[in-house]
Amino acid sequence: MRRKDVPQDKSLFGEMKEIRYAVDDEGRYVLVESAGWEPANIANNEAWKSIDSAVEAVLAKARAGELSPLAYHMARNQMDPRMLADYAGLFPWQVRRHMKPGPFRRMRRALLFRYAAIFRITAEEFRSVPGNRA
Amino acid sequence: MNPAFPHRQSAHCESGVAANLFTFHGVPVSEAMVFGIGGGLFFAHFPFLRINGFPLTTFRAAPGRILRRAAKRLGIDIRFRTFRDADEGMAELDRNLEKSTPVGAQTGVYWLPYFPPALRFHFNAHNLVVVGKEGDSYRISDPVFPEPVSCRADDLARARFARGKLAPRGKIYFVRNVPAKIDPAPAVTAAIREVCFLMTRLPIPLIGVRGIRYLAGQVASWPSRLGRQGALPHLANLIRMQEEIGTGGGGFRFIYAAFLQEAAAVLEDDRLLGISREMTAIGDRWRDFAAAGASRCKGRDDGNGDFESLARIVRECADREHALFRELGSLVRGGRHAGGK
Repeated sequence: MRRKDVPQDKSLFGEMKEIRYAVDDEGRYVLVESAGWEPANIANNEAWKSIDSAVEAVLAKARAGELSPLAYHMARNQMDPRMLADYAGLFPWQVRRHMKPGPFRRMRRALLFRYAAIFRITAEEFRSVPGNRA
Repeated sequence: MNPAFPHRQSAHCESGVAANLFTFHGVPVSEAMVFGIGGGLFFAHFPFLRINGFPLTTFRAAPGRILRRAAKRLGIDIRFRTFRDADEGMAELDRNLEKSTPVGAQTGVYWLPYFPPALRFHFNAHNLVVVGKEGDSYRISDPVFPEPVSCRADDLARARFARGKLAPRGKIYFVRNVPAKIDPAPAVTAAIREVCFLMTRLPIPLIGVRGIRYLAGQVASWPSRLGRQGALPHLANLIRMQEEIGTGGGGFRFIYAAFLQEAAAVLEDDRLLGISREMTAIGDRWRDFAAAGASRCKGRDDGNGDFESLARIVRECADREHALFRELGSLVRGGRHAGGK
């Protein structure tokens, strides 16, 4: 890549610039700031689109009462039951169980606070999903 | 607080952290040099190892390897520690900072508040250097950012003890000793030899040049095996892996080309400059692949975007890298650069 070809496409991450390696007119490598590159933006956008649509789907189910708020907060934090179980010091099957509304309601208070702390929200926020009270 | 820490923004976090740490301790090296001596260039495609449901494709050495290899080859004594307990991990960090020792750390990026939200995935092999503490917040030299940043103690603790794949377990590392005199030539030779071996001589079809050819076949078969709906996300994910934050199009190929230029000076061998030029050209082809693939994802198919022609670009990269590493290997094997481990 030549220095003049270093892409300066507006990226997803605002003002932050990244470093790229490119050759100058004498063929020597130099470090050049780049604002971003459209193909990389497209690929990253695809990833966010699939995360967003997964969160939307879980949110709809949580509002309909098919899944608990925990399932929503987990999806919003890009976690799966295994990762969340690791954070919470539980077994994955326990987390999966708490994704159901019934077991979620019967959860111990201490555990509820533990989950809320992992997601960095209050217990009140943890018990609900946006646009609906669980 | 350590105002003297030489923060330099880098293309890749691990080689950047290593270069800045070594420079602080009196071994002035560039990121490209560390990347090369650490044997940073690599390729592997594991269709059965899934990350977020996608096959694992990597264009560089496994996390941690560049730093370890580079330190070992330069004779730099570096100590690594992991912790079971977060409080103990933070206390050990503070003890080192009180001695004015900059401390490298492996972290997740998800919990680092200074990262732009668009980059906050559960990626756990990020590297940064903690250079000081002011009250309840740490001063951090994060090599993919232009300037040092600040981070609250509880955020840093979370990032250091992130869970999931490649969990850092609070890993920190610091330089304990550097040799009085370093001769880079044997380190460079040994590193080049290792990369040539891994890229061309391993009898495993998923690794090195054979892995690139294998990937080409996979790309060509995605539409028929996964359908259009499945093939496009796979393609997008592959591009993301190739473009990995801050490394730019085919970025690791360009960093390695920069290393080969420096290596030409160290080994006093101008033939390496020609190989560096070819490496640059190959990096440009990887970039072409990403560009064509991305416009395919966007549905802007300009004729270059069907999967068979994408696979052809990958195959061309494989062929050219194969020829390049064989030539490079023959330059450092046995000949006058021998003598390095």
